[in-house]
Amino acid sequence: MPDTSAARAAALEEILVEKGYVDPAALDAIIATYERDVGPRNGAKVVARAWTDPAYRARLLADATPAIAELGFGGRQGEHMVAVENTPDEHHVVVCTLCSCYPWPVLGLPPTWYKSAAYRSRVVIDPRGVLADFGVTLPASTRIAVHDSTAEVRYLVVPMRPPGTDDLDAAALADLVTRDSMIGTGLARVPGDPA
Amino acid sequence: MNGAADLGGMMGFGPVVPEPEGELFHADWERRVLAFTLAAGAMGRWTIDESRHVRESIPPAEYLTSSYYAIWLRGLEDLLVNHGLVTRDELAAGRAAGRGEPVRVLRAADVAPTLAAGTPYTREMATPARFAVGDRVRTRTMHPRGHTRLPRYARGHVGTVVAVRGGHVLPDRNAHGGGEHPEWLYTVRFDARELWGEDADPTSTVDVDAWESYLEP
Repeated sequence: MPDTSAARAAALEEILVEKGYVDPAALDAIIATYERDVGPRNGAKVVARAWTDPAYRARLLADATPAIAELGFGGRQGEHMVAVENTPDEHHVVVCTLCSCYPWPVLGLPPTWYKSAAYRSRVVIDPRGVLADFGVTLPASTRIAVHDSTAEVRYLVVPMRPPGTDDLDAAALADLVTRDSMIGTGLARVPGDPA
Repeated sequence: MNGAADLGGMMGFGPVVPEPEGELFHADWERRVLAFTLAAGAMGRWTIDESRHVRESIPPAEYLTSSYYAIWLRGLEDLLVNHGLVTRDELAAGRAAGRGEPVRVLRAADVAPTLAAGTPYTREMATPARFAVGDRVRTRTMHPRGHTRLPRYARGHVGTVVAVRGGHVLPDRNAHGGGEHPEWLYTVRFDARELWGEDADPTSTVDVDAWESYLEP
């Protein structure tokens, strides 16, 4: 057995191709999809639309899968979407303690920390401590609702719209929506903050 | 099963290390593992539940010291061997002993439509839901040797149904080739103190998506 993950991965890919089980061109297409086309900018567009269009926000919170599909996003690991909205009273954080479930069509592939033992173990028992690791401190009066993605339901957090953004259009607002703010480990950026 | 993947509430892993948004892979082999794991799954020989079970079955000492794509790599090796598609000898040699059996192969032109279509896991239910929003329920105390999606930290606790999600394929049987046996799925909300005791943050809650057979009135 090749003794590093890199060597084992290369060997297994070769075996799969030699066996006729995978098409090398399909592998490149999968990588290109998630490196180029499907990522958190999709989710940012959903959030910005919800911030600027009250009727869309209502549809998104009532039944997220078709609302997200209106913007052209859907499919693998986003078949059954639920959107949860942060408010001054309640802050949502999403995890998959059992593996790495994550809403791919709107956020792309999960970051390494989302799949790490540190995050999966601790965010359910010490959510404020994990938020502190991300530099986020919420008022003690803000309830924290952790969502453990134990089934095929996938959660998208709609962060609070930052102050001072009344004159921004949806495209400018989407630039303020970070990936972490849609997982719940971050807040949307305030205009002028570094990206 | 009570495997290493069931991490909720464990301690000692240190702080979470945030990463920039564009940083998805740390080595090229991780890209390849992502791609051929998805492509091999498209052969249709196993379910997502079986693939989760094979990963949670990795011995704990190995699971906890492996990166996530290394877990996927080990999981795929095991799935291919379990299904008779690749032999351990071939994995050890690092090359195929010959052509494999005919399978459904994902072609490049089908990648985009396949990913965009996804795989719906909801099913029509012939029977009404046993529980409704607002019901108090208790999760079962259980330690099945096979697959389950009820985390250990959420077993034997009282929570409140906050959503009824419709009929969903039951992973506990589907992971073992036992068929879909869909059940009503609920989102159940637990107070942090119910799960973790009086030192827990009194304002926090944890929601778990739980199939009907995980719950008692």
